[in-house]
Amino acid sequence: MIKRANLLKIVSAVVLCSAWEIAGRIPVSYAFPTFLDSMRSFFEMIGNGMMLEAYKETLQPLVIGVLISAFLGIGLGLWIGLNNFFDWLFSPIFIVMQAAPLAALIPLLVLAYGIGLTSKVMVVCIMAMPVIVLNTSGAVRNTPESFKEMGKSFLASRASILLRIIIPAASPVIFAGLRLGVSAGFIGAILAELKITPTGVGDIITYSRSIADYPSMYAAIFSIILLAVLFLNLIEKLETVLFKGNQRGYVSD
Amino acid sequence: MAMSQINHKTTEKNSTDIGSAVSVQNISKNYGDVEALRDMSLEFPRGQLTSLLGPSGCGKTTLLKIIAGLLEPTSGHVEVNGINVSGPGPDRAFVFQDFALLPWATVLKNVAFGLQMRGVAASEREAIAERYIKSVGLAGFENSYPHELSGGMRQRVGLARALSVDADVLLMDEPFSAVDEQTRRKFQEDLLSLVRDENKTFIFVTHSIEEAVYVSDQIAILLPRPSRVSEIIRPSSFRNKGVDNIRRDSEYLDIVDNIWSSLRTYVE
Ligand SMILES: Nc1ncnc2c1ncn2[C@@H]1O[C@H](COP(=O)(O)OP(=O)(O)O)[C@@H](O)[C@H]1O
Ligand SMILES: [Mg+2]
Repeated sequence: MIKRANLLKIVSAVVLCSAWEIAGRIPVSYAFPTFLDSMRSFFEMIGNGMMLEAYKETLQPLVIGVLISAFLGIGLGLWIGLNNFFDWLFSPIFIVMQAAPLAALIPLLVLAYGIGLTSKVMVVCIMAMPVIVLNTSGAVRNTPESFKEMGKSFLASRASILLRIIIPAASPVIFAGLRLGVSAGFIGAILAELKITPTGVGDIITYSRSIADYPSMYAAIFSIILLAVLFLNLIEKLETVLFKGNQRGYVSD
Repeated sequence: MAMSQINHKTTEKNSTDIGSAVSVQNISKNYGDVEALRDMSLEFPRGQLTSLLGPSGCGKTTLLKIIAGLLEPTSGHVEVNGINVSGPGPDRAFVFQDFALLPWATVLKNVAFGLQMRGVAASEREAIAERYIKSVGLAGFENSYPHELSGGMRQRVGLARALSVDADVLLMDEPFSAVDEQTRRKFQEDLLSLVRDENKTFIFVTHSIEEAVYVSDQIAILLPRPSRVSEIIRPSSFRNKGVDNIRRDSEYLDIVDNIWSSLRTYVE
C-alpha cells in the first residue's frame, strides 16, 4: 500500500506532466516542447553521458555552496539568536543579502573573484544562506521562555539547554529555512552558470537554446528541478530521523 | 496515591517548632520601575505545605521564582536548609503553571529530564521515572506525547518530573489553574496525601481561596501595592477529619470567609 501523502505526490506529478504535454501539443509557443519530446532528450542525454558531464560541473559549486550555507548558516543563526550583540552586528547583513538583487551583484563578484568556482560558490551562498541564518536566529529567539526556565530549574547546563531544548524547539523552523535555502541554492547554481560562464547544466540550457533544440533545453531544466525535489525530500527524511517527536505537533492549550 | 494512614504524622504537623526548610529574608524585587516585592520575609516550615495566596499581580510568581533561583532578588536573600540560594539547586523542584513539558519528548523522557540533567544513567533514570509515572496514575502512558494527553494528565507529568528528582522543596506555581474543576478537586485530595506521605516541603501558589484553605498547613496572604504579607493563617482543626469532611467543616468555612473579607477590597 502506498501512503496517502506519497500517492498525492504521484498524482500531482502526473497532473503536472499531463498539463505540460497538452500545453506542448497545442502548442503554447513554438519554443515550448511537449513533455514526451523533452523526456526523450532527457534520456538521450543521460544515455550519451552529456548529463553526467554537465552535473560533474554543476554539482561542484552547488554542493560546496549548499554545505557551507547549511553549516555556517545554522551556526551563525544559533549565535545570532543567542546573543543580542551578534544579532545587532550581523542580522542587517543577511537582511540586505536576502533583499539584494543578485543579478546586479554578479559582475562585482566576477570582478573580485574571477570566473572560477569561487564566484559560483559565492552566488550559491548568497542565495541560500540568508534565509537559513534568519530562520535559525528567529527560531532560537522564539524558544518559549518557560522551556528554558524549566531547563534551568532542573539544573540543565547551558550546553544542555542549547542541545536539548533550544535546538529541538527551533528545529521545525530551522528545517523550513534549510529547505528554502537549498531551493534558492539550486537557483543560484544555475544562475551562476548562466551569468558567469556557461558550464554544466547552464551550458546545456544556453547551447540548446542557441540552436533551437528546445526539448534538450527543457530536459536540462527538468533535470535540475527533479534533483532539487529529490534533495528536498532527503532533507525531510533527515529531519524525521533527527527530530522524530517534533512531527507529532506542538501542545496548544 | 494511597489514601491510607490518615492520622499518620498529623500530630506533629501542627506545631511550628519543626524549623524552616525555606526562609525568605527581606526580599525586594523591582522590574524597572515596577516594584513587585518590597522587603518581604516569610518562613516555610519543614514538611508542611504553605500557600501563597493573593490577587494576581501581587508578586506570587516572582517570589516563587526567586526561591527557585530563577530570578535574582533586587535585595534580600533566601535560605534553603540554612544555605543561601544563588541559583537553581538540587534541593528544589518546580511545577509549572503551563506544565512546560517538552512536546517532542515522550512522557517517560519528560519525567526523566531532571534526572538526565543530574547525570543519572539512562536505565536507572527510566526505572525511576516509570515508578513516578505510575504513582501519579499515568501507567501505560509512558510512550505518549504531551499533546496526546489532557490538561490534567499533562500536569501529572509535570508533577512526576518534579517528584522524580527527590528534592526537599517542591515549588508549585498555580499548578491546578489550567485543569478542569473535577480534576482539580482530585488533584487537591492527592496533594494532601502527597504532603502527608512524602517528607517534603511544599510551596504552593494559588489565587483560589478555597484551594488554599483546603490544602494548606499555613497560608500566607499577600497583598499588592506595596506587596507584603498581610496575614499568616494556620488552619488547625479540620486537617485530620478526612478529605471528605473538610469542605463542610465550620473552621474551614470561617477561614474562607475571613480571607475573602480581607481580600475583597483589593479586587476591582
Ligand atoms: N518580567 C517582568 N517584567 C516587568 N514586570 C513584571 C515582570 N514579571 C512580573 N512583573 C510585574 O510584577 C508584578 C508581580 O508579578 P507576578 O509575580 O507575576 O504576580 P502574580 O504571580 O502574583 O500574579 C506584576 O505587577 C507584574 O506586572
Ligand atoms: Mg503568577
